[in-house]
Amino acid sequence: MDEKHKQILVENSDEIIRKWMEQVNDGKVKEYSSTISNDVIEQMNREFINIIFSSLDDDIEKTNEKLNGFSKQVVNLGWPLAYLTEGMQAIRAIALNEILEEFNIDNKNEFLRMMELVNGWVDPIKTRLINEYSNNWTNIISLQKVALQELSAPLIPVTEGITIMPLVGTIDTERAKLIMENLLNGVIKHRAEVVLIDITGVPVVDTMVAHHIIQAAEAVRLIGSQCILVGIRPEIAQTIVNLGIDLLNFPTKNSLAKGFESALEMMGKKVISTSDKDEVIENIIRSINKE
Amino acid sequence: MKGALASVPISKEWDIVGARQTGRNIAKQIGFGSVDQARIATAISELARNIYLYAGIGIVSFEVLEERSMIGLKIVAEDAGPGINDIGKAMQDGFSTSGGLGAGLPGVKRLMDRFDIMSSNQGTKIIVVKWLR
Repeated sequence: MDEKHKQILVENSDEIIRKWMEQVNDGKVKEYSSTISNDVIEQMNREFINIIFSSLDDDIEKTNEKLNGFSKQVVNLGWPLAYLTEGMQAIRAIALNEILEEFNIDNKNEFLRMMELVNGWVDPIKTRLINEYSNNWTNIISLQKVALQELSAPLIPVTEGITIMPLVGTIDTERAKLIMENLLNGVIKHRAEVVLIDITGVPVVDTMVAHHIIQAAEAVRLIGSQCILVGIRPEIAQTIVNLGIDLLNFPTKNSLAKGFESALEMMGKKVISTSDKDEVIENIIRSINKE
Repeated sequence: MKGALASVPISKEWDIVGARQTGRNIAKQIGFGSVDQARIATAISELARNIYLYAGIGIVSFEVLEERSMIGLKIVAEDAGPGINDIGKAMQDGFSTSGGLGAGLPGVKRLMDRFDIMSSNQGTKIIVVKWLR
């Protein structure tokens, strides 16, 4: 943008900002986030328009730095991309109007030239903002993916020789691999003789999920331990039967507690109560109830 | 609530989850019980996975049927993949070309009330219906 037109925009900046604020205030942000106070919106709008205007004087690097910071703020607030695009569209329309009025332009070629001028100012900022916004999102998503993987398939040793692997959520190919690895490594590390795989938190058991679980159990058997599948909900049991999946080769129980009991049984152990007193009292209560 | 309701394009593994969530929600809205919801979700999972594994890209769409005072959910899984060579074999238990369990298609047939399959080298279309009882 050349000096002459820049001058016009700077001189009329109060008017432009007022119009812009009006337009943006009716925009998308209110729709999406009614919980955000007007102060925050006002403050963000001010910062937005300040960056746009200071880009007229600042060099590219300084502007970019400001834009990066601003779009990060927008992402952190959880505002939609439309906030940025609407804001930029508004400034484009208002600035163009202002220039056209100031120079009284009604000839087509002049109009196109002015349009180009304004676009040359607005578009790089818009592109930068959108790029930064989407980069920030991609970053967040990849972080979440890592976080998800970390809580993916924990193996919990409960007593000597017994470990539990609770599975929660959807099992895809990637997770299935992770489950298998964790399971085998964990079994060897904790010297587990019995592993309980708990599928209470798995929403759907289709043939692929069943296939992966069967494979994992088979692999565990090969390294000399046993698997018990627990947490099979009634509806899951029905779909497994309908699908014709054969789970005869390894024991299943409907709850973790039942599975734990039979794991203890397999190892020749038993849970006993240490206080005989309680038992005596219970017996008395029971006999009273009978009468 | 009659007619086409939603369609979910399948191109990534996570789209399978999207498809069955959508299907489960619709089934819940129509009034299917939790067992039938699980059946429907599992069937969608199988169909969507077949699309993802064998065709790569496809679409799963949902429709509510009303026939003779009966309400049902119709699910159409369509792709433009290489097709199924031998449908008879694919419908047998234990047959798989990808090292899976081979219970997918016959399993879906048992999970649902109606099962139609059309396949050529232009693609595959599977239509399944579950009636609300």
